[in-house]
Amino acid sequence: MIEVRDLSKSFGDHCILDHINFQIKKGESLVIIGRSGGGKSVLLKHLIGLLQPDEGEVLIDGENIVDMDERQLLRVRHKFGMVFQQAALFDSMTVAENVGFALQRERQLPEDQIGQKVAEMLEMVDLPGTEEKKPAELSGGMRKRVGLARAIIYEPEIVLYDEPTTGLDPIVSDSIDKLIERVRDRLDVTSVVVTHDMRSARRLGQRILMLHDRKIHASGTAEEIFNSKDPIVRQFIDGVSDPKEVHV
Amino acid sequence: MISQGRKWIAEWVEGLGRLTLLTQEATASLFTFKVAWKDLIYQIYFVGVKSQSVVLITGAFTGMVLAAQTYAQFHKVKMDTAVLAVVSVSTCSELGPVLTGLMVAGRVGAAIAAELGTMKVTEQIDALRTLATHPIDYLVVPRLLALVIAMPLLTAEAIAVGIGAGYVVGVYLLDIDPVYLWYNALKYTGVPDVAVGLIKGLFFGGMVAIIGCYKGMYCGQGAEGVGRATTESVVYASITILISNFFLTLILGRIFGTL
Repeated sequence: MIEVRDLSKSFGDHCILDHINFQIKKGESLVIIGRSGGGKSVLLKHLIGLLQPDEGEVLIDGENIVDMDERQLLRVRHKFGMVFQQAALFDSMTVAENVGFALQRERQLPEDQIGQKVAEMLEMVDLPGTEEKKPAELSGGMRKRVGLARAIIYEPEIVLYDEPTTGLDPIVSDSIDKLIERVRDRLDVTSVVVTHDMRSARRLGQRILMLHDRKIHASGTAEEIFNSKDPIVRQFIDGVSDPKEVHV
Repeated sequence: MISQGRKWIAEWVEGLGRLTLLTQEATASLFTFKVAWKDLIYQIYFVGVKSQSVVLITGAFTGMVLAAQTYAQFHKVKMDTAVLAVVSVSTCSELGPVLTGLMVAGRVGAAIAAELGTMKVTEQIDALRTLATHPIDYLVVPRLLALVIAMPLLTAEAIAVGIGAGYVVGVYLLDIDPVYLWYNALKYTGVPDVAVGLIKGLFFGGMVAIIGCYKGMYCGQGAEGVGRATTESVVYASITILISNFFLTLILGRIFGTL
């Protein structure tokens, strides 16, 4: 479904990703882990064409999106939903307008059906009755839930999550993880989650990729990664700043 | 020093290229007629209705001071009754559109750059793109169209208020004969003068919109980036208005036979 071939990206003289290769199958749940500033979000944004690589290809259902212009990409992006790190809600709109935005733009459903669908989505993300609130009135966790409702309302095939639990307390993080699982199972979507929250990674990842030093350092099932003896993987999973303290 | 100069030129050329592409894309998008009417009406309200006080004050006081200054010179050669003709011609073809353009660049251009810049740094523009919405269709086109529609109307308003204010100063403050004042104003102000002013207003509206949108959509990171984009949008739009005004005067003057 998604294939990344030899993808490289630099910002100025600073190389972020160096010849990255991987595939994601339909219905799979992939988690990308790695240190802050290691290029996880940059890689995620390449999958939906928000960034263009310096080299390499990104194939979505066999179509290389790297050669596409912005208007061609719009067609491909119908397959995607994306939840942003800071939710990226449109702050001039209400919750209902945010969630129903894509359907309003498509103009294929009457207003009352859009309203009904918005209510259903808000129910699904445990935020019923918040339609008229503005994003500024919501907590961090609520904003992420609204962001998720907005991303899944048109039933995309792939949902991308950029650090969905960053900045949230453990209880809210757990509820967001449960929500992501619920969305994955109920809508049967392919999920790609970027995180450095190890609890989320273990819970959500059928497969985990670890980015380190511009490359994919490790790849495997959650079980394999969490039982890895590789010192770099262990250091990251155990959250140890001094490599000498790593117990392999 | 040389490499610094090269870098500056490269960035300038790159910026010019982006601006051209944005203008081309926005113009092409205009003709697809996909603009959301609700957004367009809101933008016209924001540009037109919300700029009333600024435009009225600018037009009125420009007309008044121009009448007073012209009188100070013309009175020496006993041409008092030509005061309103000078106010009228200069307000129609130059001061009306230019000053309205500058005021709108300061109020609306800055607001556009700040709004779009904030959307950029908070990833709202990326969010639009992931929702299969082209930012140019959704953000640029309604603003461009609103300014292109509202600016000629605001210019016409500033011209009318400027001439009216000049008339009031001439008649009630400087004791000039109102009949001859009005007669000369109508005699020397032609349809081409008004047309030049309105066409300039249309162009200036387009410039303010494109520069404001460009600066917002390509602004730097964080609050500093938004602040810089806002300032630059006002400065660049103002300079562009002043420079292009000269060329528009030449071109439109030839077309309408006033030069």
